[in-house]
Amino acid sequence: MSTVRKPFEQSYYPPVPTPMTKALRTNWVWQFLRFLVINVRMLRMVRMH
Amino acid sequence: MARLLILGAGIAGHTAALHARRKLGEDHEVVVVSPNSRWNWIPSNIWVGVGVMTPEQVTFPLAPVYEKTGVIFRQAKAVSLHPEGGEGVARPYVMVESTEPGKAGVRERVEYDYLINATGPRLHFDATDGLGPEKNSLSVCTAGHAAQAAAGLDEAVARMQRGERQTLLIGTGHGTCTCQGAAFEYLFNVEFELRRRGVRDKARLVWISNEHELGDFGMGGMFIRRGGYITHSRVFTESLYTERGVEWITQAAVKKVDRGEIHYETLDGRQESIASDFTMLLPPFSGVGLKAFDREGSEITESVFAPSNFMYVDADYTKKPYEEWRPTDWPETYRSPRYDNIYAVGIAFAPPHPISRPMFSPSGTPIYPTPPRTGMPSGVMAREVAFNIVDKMEGREGKTRTASMAKMGAACIASAGASLMRGTAVSMTVYPIIPDFQKYPDTGRDIHYTSGEIGLAGHWIKHLLHFAFMYKAKARPLWTAIPE
Repeated sequence: MSTVRKPFEQSYYPPVPTPMTKALRTNWVWQFLRFLVINVRMLRMVRMH
Repeated sequence: MARLLILGAGIAGHTAALHARRKLGEDHEVVVVSPNSRWNWIPSNIWVGVGVMTPEQVTFPLAPVYEKTGVIFRQAKAVSLHPEGGEGVARPYVMVESTEPGKAGVRERVEYDYLINATGPRLHFDATDGLGPEKNSLSVCTAGHAAQAAAGLDEAVARMQRGERQTLLIGTGHGTCTCQGAAFEYLFNVEFELRRRGVRDKARLVWISNEHELGDFGMGGMFIRRGGYITHSRVFTESLYTERGVEWITQAAVKKVDRGEIHYETLDGRQESIASDFTMLLPPFSGVGLKAFDREGSEITESVFAPSNFMYVDADYTKKPYEEWRPTDWPETYRSPRYDNIYAVGIAFAPPHPISRPMFSPSGTPIYPTPPRTGMPSGVMAREVAFNIVDKMEGREGKTRTASMAKMGAACIASAGASLMRGTAVSMTVYPIIPDFQKYPDTGRDIHYTSGEIGLAGHWIKHLLHFAFMYKAKARPLWTAIPE
């Protein structure tokens, strides 16, 4: 849901994602690659123990 | 023959029991005492709370698993700890009280040679007036609470479908709460569900928390690489709240929960109120309140447990200011300093101090998160402690395993909407969990191993982890291949 950002209110200052960034978040091909990357990152955490 | 007694069958207790049982010879006993008859994969409770899963999907009966694996199970709650024995009994023991239907209230003495305290927390709703599912707010701490929250959400949605505007307040219900991550997940799953049900435009969503800034999560936040910058999780989190149209109130200690109105104090001393039609606030945690007694029957609770009722272990509990906190303050073996056959893991051990900096309002109200010690670290410390005890029980002189949160990394997936093709989750890794500003002066953590991103992949992983950990907890074939 997009918000109406009003000057000087709390939601005025944070960065918001561009349409491309938001689309990539649910793009199956891109997310499949991210799935692999995140799993590698998580396995690195597991291997540290 | 020696006996390992484990109090609690949550993530830590159950992990310790399964690992100890598979490593120990049959001449030793592993006994689990838990007041609950079912195991609960708590991270999925947030999905029960929005109605996309049922309590049955996130729990299963413990007794058949323990029967299959050879663990002795008592459905009971621990009442008192007697580490030196007493009343004519030489061995240490724990007095337990049955919670089994038909035997409720019957007390029994369970003797032990080694003890793991993995009781988890007491959900301390009484700390805030009016807080809790039996009073004026909802919770997702147990599968039952989450089912109640889902029913409350359905009612709020029905009112919105009739055209009423609703305010939904989600967050922490006390100045010293932990587990902000769970409330964060619930908030964004509710937001996603409202969109799915076509009523998002009728809802005002407000987050309230004791964090100093968004993205603290009880671990002082974290720094990640993002867009050519090294950015604090505050920026990342505020961005998500803005994108999803969620207002936030931080630095707040909820003082009173009335039906439809919540009263809170802020760090700068203001007394504020907010009206709410649907309120889910997590409670603060404390230890379960076990009393300890010496051989003569004198109470020694204060030397075994901290004032918070969590158990003292091999941490440095010296009171010192934030600037003097060190990673070495954190425990490594989780062994009681007074009794070398007693250990405490998961939420049950007393942390030496918070991770986030303590803050107090002008009237002295503490408003800061207490440290999280659930999930992955909880399972790891339980496994390592179980292996150390197994070595002792079998008379092996091996190197003592350690599992300090100051030397351990953690991975966390925080759901932000449950859907196989449209869902998202925040995938985070941190190393180490306890920041080390001597080693990493600018960020407290290793920036190469600390990361965070949001996307559908995170949801897939969270969903897979649900099934993987349910499978593992049932001790099905090759369960040991699934890491903690």
